[in-house]
Amino acid sequence: MSQLSSRHLLGIKDITAEDIQLIFETADNFKEVLNRPIKKVPSLRDITIANIFFENSTRTKLSFELAEKRLSADVVNFSSSNSSVKKGETLIDTVNNILSMKVDMVVMRHSSPGAPHFLSRNIKANIVNAGDGTHEHPTQALLDAFSIREKLGDVAGKKVAIIGDILHSRVALSNIFCLQKLGAEVMVCGPITLLPKHIASLGVKIEYDIQKALEWCDVANILRIQLERQQIKYFPSLREYSLFYGVNKKMLDRLDKEIVIMHPGPINRGVELNSDVADSEHSIILHQVENGVAIRMAVLYLLAGVR
Amino acid sequence: MNLQLTSNFFNYVYICIQSKAMQKRLVLDQQQIAIILKRFCHQLIENHDNFENTVFLGLQPRGPIVLDKIVDLIQEISGQEVPYGYLDATFHRDDFRRRDLPLKANETKVNFLIEGKKVILIDDVLYKGRSVRAALDAMIAFGRPQKVELMVLVDRKYTRDYPIMPDYCGVKVNTLESQYVSVEWVENGFEKDSIWITEKV
Repeated sequence: MSQLSSRHLLGIKDITAEDIQLIFETADNFKEVLNRPIKKVPSLRDITIANIFFENSTRTKLSFELAEKRLSADVVNFSSSNSSVKKGETLIDTVNNILSMKVDMVVMRHSSPGAPHFLSRNIKANIVNAGDGTHEHPTQALLDAFSIREKLGDVAGKKVAIIGDILHSRVALSNIFCLQKLGAEVMVCGPITLLPKHIASLGVKIEYDIQKALEWCDVANILRIQLERQQIKYFPSLREYSLFYGVNKKMLDRLDKEIVIMHPGPINRGVELNSDVADSEHSIILHQVENGVAIRMAVLYLLAGVR
Repeated sequence: MNLQLTSNFFNYVYICIQSKAMQKRLVLDQQQIAIILKRFCHQLIENHDNFENTVFLGLQPRGPIVLDKIVDLIQEISGQEVPYGYLDATFHRDDFRRRDLPLKANETKVNFLIEGKKVILIDDVLYKGRSVRAALDAMIAFGRPQKVELMVLVDRKYTRDYPIMPDYCGVKVNTLESQYVSVEWVENGFEKDSIWITEKV
């Protein structure tokens, strides 16, 4: 028997290391399901899931939708760009309207940090956070750690460097929580303007020199420069950023060991990551995407299984 | 009056002895299990000839241990290597969200398709038949079998929820709802292979 310690998946901060292991073990089983000729199981056939995306998404939305369909759930999609939100409806009204159509679970992405936490206090359905502003993106962190576990055998004791725009990244925060809970060492690396002021209080190492960070780590998780969230200029130009913080083949060749390269996508090729690295054998970027479906199936299955 | 009392007393003693005995009753010992497994293999060889179109599936979590023994024995008796896999039906169960907690899944390891094959499903104990129903459902993901046969070591009589009967059966036992059939293997750390009927805790 198995159960998560929470009814919702709002963030990695709220769940335990045991929860993460349970999700991984369940995801192992779903990964096998995804390699079958018929990639579908009937577990969630009496469940309806609403994917509510107040912010743009390609990978996450597709991945969640595929996970839901592989579990035989009924799926309704909602995106704010063509909805009544534009007419001024509040978040809770929108969701309550959707729930009155007998929806059991809500997968939500929202630009405001804490939006899923607010919902979880006000409505009955299970909530899965698919990214809330610059706060958390729990399923991304889970699939990142799962991919590291798959590639290196274990997460505990590994050194992971998160490189790039930490300030605007929900992936960074969730990754830090997740990796630390699993016993990995975490370093953040980026220009000083893109590192949050009090990030050291989370117990992570800080490095401004990317070559030093690459020498230290076993895994480099490279984040996208989130121009859409940057109201002011944090660095002079993209060209300059890529000169100082872009990862290319030459930098990896200078290392005396092989490191694993990850990226949550979408990649700005030639900015934070060069094509000669993104498409190399070091990169597990496409494995991350593949594992995303299995991880999301595991999360939905475990949350739905409890009455 | 006296006679009545005496009879009551003996009844009481009898019930005490019986309830004590009912806590754990041996169904099969090591030797009996070995004989049954050997019989299974001979029946399989008789029905499936050289196994060219036959595959074996052990039902997780307890079927694989029986399956491994059968596969080894067939190899020993006839020199044939038969394809086999482990099937987990957790995601196909009909009690998801109807029990308090979801069941933990086990590994499925089926490296072949069963399209057009004769499938032998193997489990240790047949009870309500619901696991087997789920397994039949899970199995279909690997193709459409030509024929499916069910092999169990223990068939609990009169307990079925679904119309499912074994093709190969070790022993039939009468049990109560309050009882549990526990199968102990040397591989799981027990001193001897044995099958018991115990009271549920």
